[in-house]
Amino acid sequence: MPKTLLDRIWERHVVAAPDGEPALLFVDLHLIHEVTSPQAFEGLRLAGRTVRRPELSLATMDHNVPTEDGPVTDPLARAQLEALRRNCEEFGIPLFATGHGREGIVHVIGPELGVTQPGMTIVCGDSHTSTHGAFGALAFGVGTSEVEHVLATQCLPQVRPRSMRVRFEGELPPGVTAKDMILGAIGRLGVAGGVGHVLEYTGGAIGALSMENRMTICNMSIEAGARAGMIAPDETTFAYLEGRPAAPTGRAWEQALDDWRGLASDPDAAYDAEFLIDVSGLTPQVTWGTTPEMVVSVTGRVPDPAALTDPDKRLAAERALSYMGLEPGTEMQDISVDRVFIGSCTNARIEDLRAAAAVVAGKRVHDGVRALVVPGSASVKRLAEEEGLDRIFRAAGFEWRRAGCSMCLGMNPDVLADGERCASTSNRNFEGRQGRGGRTHLVSPQLAAATAIAGHFVDPREPAVTP
Amino acid sequence: MRPFRSVRGSVAVLGRADVDTDQIIPKQFLKRIERTGFGEFLFFDWRLDGQGRPRPDFELNARECAGAKILLAGPNFGCGSSREHAAWALQDYGFEVVVAPSFGDIFATNCFKIGLVTIVLPQAVLRTLIESAHGGAVAEVDLERQVIVDPVGREIPFEVDPFRRHCLLNGLDDIARSLEYEQRIAAYEAAHPGRVRTTALSAG
Repeated sequence: MPKTLLDRIWERHVVAAPDGEPALLFVDLHLIHEVTSPQAFEGLRLAGRTVRRPELSLATMDHNVPTEDGPVTDPLARAQLEALRRNCEEFGIPLFATGHGREGIVHVIGPELGVTQPGMTIVCGDSHTSTHGAFGALAFGVGTSEVEHVLATQCLPQVRPRSMRVRFEGELPPGVTAKDMILGAIGRLGVAGGVGHVLEYTGGAIGALSMENRMTICNMSIEAGARAGMIAPDETTFAYLEGRPAAPTGRAWEQALDDWRGLASDPDAAYDAEFLIDVSGLTPQVTWGTTPEMVVSVTGRVPDPAALTDPDKRLAAERALSYMGLEPGTEMQDISVDRVFIGSCTNARIEDLRAAAAVVAGKRVHDGVRALVVPGSASVKRLAEEEGLDRIFRAAGFEWRRAGCSMCLGMNPDVLADGERCASTSNRNFEGRQGRGGRTHLVSPQLAAATAIAGHFVDPREPAVTP
Repeated sequence: MRPFRSVRGSVAVLGRADVDTDQIIPKQFLKRIERTGFGEFLFFDWRLDGQGRPRPDFELNARECAGAKILLAGPNFGCGSSREHAAWALQDYGFEVVVAPSFGDIFATNCFKIGLVTIVLPQAVLRTLIESAHGGAVAEVDLERQVIVDPVGREIPFEVDPFRRHCLLNGLDDIARSLEYEQRIAAYEAAHPGRVRTTALSAG
């Protein structure tokens, strides 16, 4: 019978399949950060249990670390970071702590280190774990109780998710990015369109993407409500992985390649659902509301809730416009911003920073706009500095920070003030996400960079973004 | 986890779509390392204004919602972040059951793991339940019989995954349950040595 990538990974990892119960699935890699793990470790201790496979676990500090030099001044954040350090020491889990040199956002460092590999099952107490699916892994976010479960058993009881093929057909126009592809798809699919499903992204427009861009796509699978997102591994995947610290070498590398080449879905495999999006007419996207499905073209206008037929969606749109301080019919390009954030597990890898730097080179951030670049990891930061990207950003008036989740969720000091409007390369425009009363618009790194220069949303494909 | 069989209590209605876990428990409260005490932060930014005063326009601030045990919510409730703190906060605030047309996947699992019951009802059925539930009306959720007895006495049947129902009714610790498969896990591990050893990387 023809199989999907999901079928193959799932079947390889079933430890037990008791009748009428969820399957017990083996977890190849457990990623850990400071925010969702302390209660899990405490639960282990209370139950007298231990960590079954510390060598399949990896921890980092990312969510609430400050991105400016200096100590952690917030006592609660400090206590949480210290708890992670103690827990990792007690249970023998490798910790990539602040200052290690390879620390960073958990979904950036996993691929960078090469611990994220095709065919694996990967979990983390973080919904953007779907990022790792870009390598042809089954990777999904879990809650703290499940973190504890994996620590204790290296397994998780899981109901087999349904599969959905999301086909990106057509050729991506110049200046339109992976971020626009996924925002455009979520705009059509909706924030609940993927619930219960693992999305497999296919099509020529996916095959043409770099690994960094594929990670951007898979990262936002959860914003369509999906359990996970994945892309079949190919030569692009293998080229990215070869030579990474945890990648196999020599004969083991050849064996791994043989294995990974057999993972892709069969051409005639059946999916539980299909979704098709033609990217040839796609334009740069900007969100206007408080969920990622509330998105339009940067060349478009703020929509009118009255035009929506679903009463729930209409009410949500009205509330969103009120929160966002926007009027229906406003040209997106007439909306000014106070802040620009380039960062997060969605868009803080080296390619993202290169793309943004190319837009700002030789220009200046608009008067009154405060703009921030937060590399996704210490390694990305180092590489960017070697390439001189930090100098380009600083010369243009951007702040250049240390790695972390930063203003994506504002657990550290990087937050929006009440009423401030931000062009952000992150993944969630929920109310208060970047700070109470803050107004977030999700965009690509190119659009964020062009907006920082212009002071308002602007089509990054147009050359005239100089002030 | 303590067993759940049924609950009788007043109903609160939050009829908004796509309520994300960032609203249920904002990020500033995720720095705690304890599992308890999150109830006072539930829907913090919706419930309280910048000065910490209750917002009169927020549904759960209505006087009749005080002490509610059953929350009737909109579609895709609990979408977004995986933070289990959202489930902890709802439970700590006093809710024992959440009923909605659909839930975010991770949120629903988190609720199940702590014994907070989530029930999916078709939108039209939920609407009739909501119509009967204003003014602090009392309903009963009976997981054993799989019915909700609405405030006017009608019985509304609901579907629930049989395994989850079994675990909830018996308050089962599912880590202990997985550990019953110790031999199978060990056999799997022996047959699948794996390619990655994080401890071989130089951590600090």
